[in-house]
Amino acid sequence: MAHFDEKAKPFSHKWLNERMAVDTVKKVLSTEYWIPKDINFLWAMGMILAATFGILIISGIFLLMYYQPDVKTAFDSVNYTIMSEVGYGWLWRHIHGVAASVVFLVIYIHMFTGIYYGSYKRGREMIWLSGMLLFVLFSAEAFSGYMLPWGQMSYWAGMVITNLFEGFSPTIAGGVANFPGFVEWLRGDYVPGQAFLTRFFMLHVFLLPLAIIAVIVLHFATLRLPHVNNQKGKEIDFEEAAKQYKHGNKKESKVIPFNPVFLSKDVFVMGVYFILFFYLVFFHFEFAMDPVNFDPADGLKTPAHIYPEWYFLWSYEILRPFNKDLGLIAFGFAQVAFFLLPFLDKSPVVAPANKRGLFKVWFWVMIVDMIVLTVMGKLPPEGIWTIIGLVAALVFITLFAVLPFITKKEKKA
Amino acid sequence: MKEFKILAVVVILSLITYWGVEPFAHSQMHKHVVGNEFNYDGKADIADATKEKLASKKAFWGEVNQIAKLPGNAAAGEALFATCMGCHNGAGINMGGVVPPNLDHAGNLYDKKYLIALIKDPAMASNVDHKYASTMMHPMGAVQAMVTAPQQIADVVAYVKTKKVGKLTPKVAYEEACGRCHSNRYGGLTQLGETPKFKTEKEALAHQMKVLDEQDLVKKYMGKLPPDLSIMIRARSEQYMETFIENPQTQLPGTSMPRVGLSKEGYEAVKAYLEETGDPSKDARHAIGPWVILFFVIFTVLAYFWKKHHWKDLH
Amino acid sequence: MSNRRDFMGMALGSFAALGALGALYAAKRTWDPLPSVKSAGFTTIDLSPAKENELVTEKWRGKPIFILKQPADAPKSDREIHVAGGRYLVVVGLCTHLGCIPAYLADKKQFKCACHGGEFNSVGVNTFGPPPRPLDIPPFKISGTSLILGETGPEYEKMLAAGLTLKV
Repeated sequence: MAHFDEKAKPFSHKWLNERMAVDTVKKVLSTEYWIPKDINFLWAMGMILAATFGILIISGIFLLMYYQPDVKTAFDSVNYTIMSEVGYGWLWRHIHGVAASVVFLVIYIHMFTGIYYGSYKRGREMIWLSGMLLFVLFSAEAFSGYMLPWGQMSYWAGMVITNLFEGFSPTIAGGVANFPGFVEWLRGDYVPGQAFLTRFFMLHVFLLPLAIIAVIVLHFATLRLPHVNNQKGKEIDFEEAAKQYKHGNKKESKVIPFNPVFLSKDVFVMGVYFILFFYLVFFHFEFAMDPVNFDPADGLKTPAHIYPEWYFLWSYEILRPFNKDLGLIAFGFAQVAFFLLPFLDKSPVVAPANKRGLFKVWFWVMIVDMIVLTVMGKLPPEGIWTIIGLVAALVFITLFAVLPFITKKEKKA
Repeated sequence: MKEFKILAVVVILSLITYWGVEPFAHSQMHKHVVGNEFNYDGKADIADATKEKLASKKAFWGEVNQIAKLPGNAAAGEALFATCMGCHNGAGINMGGVVPPNLDHAGNLYDKKYLIALIKDPAMASNVDHKYASTMMHPMGAVQAMVTAPQQIADVVAYVKTKKVGKLTPKVAYEEACGRCHSNRYGGLTQLGETPKFKTEKEALAHQMKVLDEQDLVKKYMGKLPPDLSIMIRARSEQYMETFIENPQTQLPGTSMPRVGLSKEGYEAVKAYLEETGDPSKDARHAIGPWVILFFVIFTVLAYFWKKHHWKDLH
Repeated sequence: MSNRRDFMGMALGSFAALGALGALYAAKRTWDPLPSVKSAGFTTIDLSPAKENELVTEKWRGKPIFILKQPADAPKSDREIHVAGGRYLVVVGLCTHLGCIPAYLADKKQFKCACHGGEFNSVGVNTFGPPPRPLDIPPFKISGTSLILGETGPEYEKMLAAGLTLKV
């Protein structure tokens, strides 16, 4: 039984400490949560993601006050009510749309930072896996949100993507991987309709955000034991370094406390990010709010070009150059490939890619290939673009196939 | 400094990706159409003409350009215009699929050469001659039997060009030039104009029936109901809107939308209305944006000094 | 003792899983298309009143369906459906270019799309303009003088196998 001081004033520091151990919590979570000192601004991407997710939630709450998940009124509730009647409704929508797009840019930077510095192995596998799970959940969140304005792109992206769940052609392996009724089950209708819109609405505003918050907590938890990586991939004795820091040897110590030292740098980087972010919100939002989606959904008219938002283009392009069944396999591969990274990389070396021989080549080829896939995914599938897209898709698959061999060699060297 | 190098790499890669998926991809997806600054001299029509039509298009626009040189007599034109009043009377009654336009602001709205061409041959002028075996089947085809001599055409056009107001309001421009085929529900407009307030549901439904009937007639005339233009300004790029309105066939070959012959002034007014209904936050964005950005610049400067304060003992 | 506790734990766990399975089934059923949606997915169309060279438009799963009885002297095609001695074209009435609804010109015996000028002949084969493939044939099953759209009969499967239509 803990000791309670009868005289402590309710809600005073002491009173709270006796009931909730606020001092300990503060130490554990912030002032004595140790981060390596040898880091650069890329280490701030995690906090930027958290901040952007916060912005998405706040702007989403206000959009939710006027949005109507009904196929007859959804489009006008967004484009008329929110955009021209609700006070500052347009601001929330622009913020929400731009943040949903920019959050993926930051996710990709965060992800490739992890790959570059080898922050996915030697005890950090669970950080990587929970992070990839967040990527998948964010993708689902983005897709379900894209359905809600019920414009032409909402409708046809919904149609095309849910069609993928039909599985392989009935001629493959006697049709075991063909699920003819599954698409209708997912949609609740033969075509995207009312049932489809309402269930994606539920996913977007409730189930997926809930899952994202849970996995963010998991992601933070996985960081606790292996600690954050540093610029050189050095193993640090965190207890020793923390002791040094607390004794005032701040110059010699290799660590800094999360609060306020690491945070002060994060906030500065965040400030720079917000300048860019709000520039996009006010003056350059078209990239995040496709013009085609300002035409109301029409099941009787297909838009001239159907393409997903930019952050899905690379995996869409891996699907596209092949025939239906091969494309589905390639697409499935693209979805799980990055999950497997910690197990495909056979080298125990944790170091920046530029110091890792062939892996350096692997990393930069991967970056270039992802960019090529992204651009080709948007271009119409004609002529030279199809060929470049096919080559880039094959390069992507090959890169993952050769990774174990490249990294095994590195071990010997 | 190392961090700036890293930042440069991140920025360059992001910009390349942006360039690829936005400006470059869009330049590949949409064909590039060059406008003619709202001059209607038939250049584009002749360039796009099929072999069979080439000669007739050349001859037609040649004559139009000739008539444009004749000095028109507005007073004589006014007398001749009486024959036009049978249809262009502002009564709002559908004739041959569409309500004939009210011409009260035609002087502001329409281009002179276009008007000449229109009176000479409405189907050719509006570049929908592919829809009609003979111009006489065009809703305005009968004009070919009414005003025929070049001088007469020049006079009528001179008169129509005098029908002007000091400053054309965007809404009036839209209603006269576009509103008879295209509804604009965010602006509260149907093909029959503004919907009045009704006391009873019955009256409201009766009006709705009238609108549906009008839409059926337009549908029959155009092949399908022309799209609502409420937020078209955000669904299409500015360049698309400009070239499409000037000559619909260049952006949508085969479309049944006629060229309406807007002058530069007329187009600007119509565009202003489309922005009013489709993008009403534009002014607010431009007014608030710089302040929000300034806020974050100051925030960042303060954050920089805060960071410096905490990191000064570390190295 | 510990064995027994494990057994009881397992028993409780399995029993709970059983309940979860039941709840999962209920959840699955909740995601199913509603009966009203499903019954609207099968449309029975009586072909006997159709007149030669006169287009009838029906609706199936939110899409227009064109029915055209071929004149006796019209050339034969594999795309026709033979019902009670008559030859019928039954297609989804959406242009395969961009999905506009084409009009039927009875005098020229062709479909013409107003949007971009695409043309199809009287058995729905694209003959001019941008459409990439013939008009799609919906899944059908012959029942007397009627067609059940949405069900798959042997005649439809043959057409599908012969590549005469895409699956819609």
